[in-house]
Amino acid sequence: MAVRVQFENNNEVGVFSKLTNSYCLVAIGGSENFYSVFEAELSETIPVVHVSIAGCRIIGRMTVANKNGLLVPSSTTDTELQHIRNSLPDNVKVQRVEERLSALGNVIACNDYVALVHPDLDRDTEEILADTLDVEVFRQTVAGNVLVGTYAALSNRGGLVHPKTTIQDQDELSSLLQVPLVAGTVNRGSEVIAGGLVVNDWCAFCGMDTTSTEISVIESVFKLNDAKPTAITSTMRASLIDSMS
Amino acid sequence: MEYINPEEIPSSNSTRVLCCQCAVPIEANPSNMCVACLRAHVDITDGIPKQATLFFCRGCERYLQPPAEWIVCALESRELLALCLKRLKGLNRVKLVDAGFAWTEPHSKRIKVKLTVQGEVMGGAVLQQTFIVEYTVQHQMCDACHRSEAQDYWRALVQVRQRANNRKTFYYLEQLILKHKAHENTLGIKPKHDGLDFFYATESHARKMVDFVQSVLPIKCQHSKKLISHDIHSNIYNYKFTFSIEIVPLSKDSLVCLPKKLTHQLGSISPICLVNRVTSTIHLIDANSGQVCDLSSTMYWRHPFTPICNPKQLVEYVVMDIDILKEHEKKSFPGQGAVSNKHVVADVWVVRASDLGLDVNPVHTKTHLGHILKPGDTVLGYNLENTNVNDDNFDKLDRSVIPDVFLVKKHYGEKSARRRARNWKLKHMAEELHEGLSSTNEDYNDFLDDLEEDPAFRQNINIFKDQNRMPVDTDEIDPTLPRITLAEMLDDLNIEDVEMTEV
Repeated sequence: MAVRVQFENNNEVGVFSKLTNSYCLVAIGGSENFYSVFEAELSETIPVVHVSIAGCRIIGRMTVANKNGLLVPSSTTDTELQHIRNSLPDNVKVQRVEERLSALGNVIACNDYVALVHPDLDRDTEEILADTLDVEVFRQTVAGNVLVGTYAALSNRGGLVHPKTTIQDQDELSSLLQVPLVAGTVNRGSEVIAGGLVVNDWCAFCGMDTTSTEISVIESVFKLNDAKPTAITSTMRASLIDSMS
Repeated sequence: MEYINPEEIPSSNSTRVLCCQCAVPIEANPSNMCVACLRAHVDITDGIPKQATLFFCRGCERYLQPPAEWIVCALESRELLALCLKRLKGLNRVKLVDAGFAWTEPHSKRIKVKLTVQGEVMGGAVLQQTFIVEYTVQHQMCDACHRSEAQDYWRALVQVRQRANNRKTFYYLEQLILKHKAHENTLGIKPKHDGLDFFYATESHARKMVDFVQSVLPIKCQHSKKLISHDIHSNIYNYKFTFSIEIVPLSKDSLVCLPKKLTHQLGSISPICLVNRVTSTIHLIDANSGQVCDLSSTMYWRHPFTPICNPKQLVEYVVMDIDILKEHEKKSFPGQGAVSNKHVVADVWVVRASDLGLDVNPVHTKTHLGHILKPGDTVLGYNLENTNVNDDNFDKLDRSVIPDVFLVKKHYGEKSARRRARNWKLKHMAEELHEGLSSTNEDYNDFLDDLEEDPAFRQNINIFKDQNRMPVDTDEIDPTLPRITLAEMLDDLNIEDVEMTEV
């Protein structure tokens, strides 16, 4: 199920929220409308938490997260870090990293198993990332863009990438991620995928401008409509999980 | 409207995404929309008017280029296209790729221009769109036509007048004007009773014309202006200027009688002289001694005189005997002016052609035409003996110094024969001046004869070959006739459309 949502009249919802399979982070806004949409959709299954990073609302671009853990930039204050630790489930590891490219959400795209990172990312960060989020890390670009976190949105069931990504690149990324990928857009033709979309394995939130065509692309690639997964994907995922464990 | 794509055929490795509006698979582009959706979404010709107005003056067939310029342009010409495009506001926001005319019926007062523009929309997608702008042609009279319609088009007038009884000087002036293209700024030329009027838009053009006439003919000029209107607030005065030019009333072959005072100033020339030529000065010659003098216009107007005999009074004589004066027989005195070396003074005995065969005594006179006269020749002259002259200077002369006959020029036979042999022509400036001009216009034919007889007279004017007259059987032409050589003639510019041969 993909839901259209706006943050204070802004369609770039991926900037102001972070969604994983085990928790959801939402920026502190002037009104609670944005929070309410997430809450209504998710409160039965996972916690939805108000968070700020270094006093800013752009938490989606500053952090990188999956169901196993959360990385925050060094500018995060101790109070904020403590609040996050208190609010998240106990099995989620929260880690602060000293990284020059501090907008971690822009330079890292990940699901629960694999992470694609900016080619210039620090070695230490890469190690911390692999340990904290429990993922395999690949240095990659998407359609020639180094900001892989900006131009790709991934879940464990599929991925949406920049519309200019070539078939070869898609195939290559798809084989790394072991999920099907599709080139597409959000917010009526915007190519900033992660800016306009947050997604986990059963739910997606996109900007209010997103057209029905785009919604249908999102729902089909992330398999959000309640259709049963095909045998191929389930077996493929099973083998993937086997190899990871 | 079409979307410009550098590679029209989608290559295998390029991605196709769904159009975000209609889900049609397309090449990814900056707006990620298909052409149809993009067209529905944005219109780059939004700020460009689709209709405009052009102003056209019916009188002079020119278009108004605002604010105040009127330019001539043909339909579907480059100039008209430039004018049309200038009338469109908002073209600077887009990039103009192509412009051309769509056909419209010439009398429909509509001009359609097909424009192709490119504009950037939605984050860098370049959209190309073709559309048609319709121009309505409206009539507006231009200032110049408005003026001429109100009979108010000239500012300055040059009146050229000559109080003489033939127009040879005007024919000469016309040729000079044509040669020097002095009539370029003239608005109109109108023949008046004894002269010509030249109209000009500005005073300076008129002044230029006056200066030109002054440099080629002996004239007197008067200047006057008439106040049409004025603005007391801005000190602007609107005048009409008139220049009145009077040409000396002498023409070639006139006989004059000089005032006594003037003869002294001119090197004691004999008072009865022949006008040999009128250029910027008056060239006089004395038949008795061959003495010549140049009389400037200022000198003439200080002591004005009128001709005593005009070429219309010329009478034919036949030369019976001629005796060229020997060198020692020529009289000379101290203070004498220049003597012509082109003329030969001779004693000559002539009989009037009408009296030929009757028993009359030949009349003796002296002539400056000794170099061309032979016994038996016909010569034109004035019969002073029987002429009634009303001239104060002439009356004061001693009768003994007045010759009975004054020979002017040799007569070369039948005029029509000369006209037939003439293989050249002149250009004309004002057809009105030559109205009724045909073989009957004696003044004009005399002028042409004069040109043939005097190389110095024709050196200032352009003579053109007459192609229609060229193939004359030269055997029939009397070889003694004065002719203009081919070297002196110009080829007339003749533009003809030669049919191209099919390849």
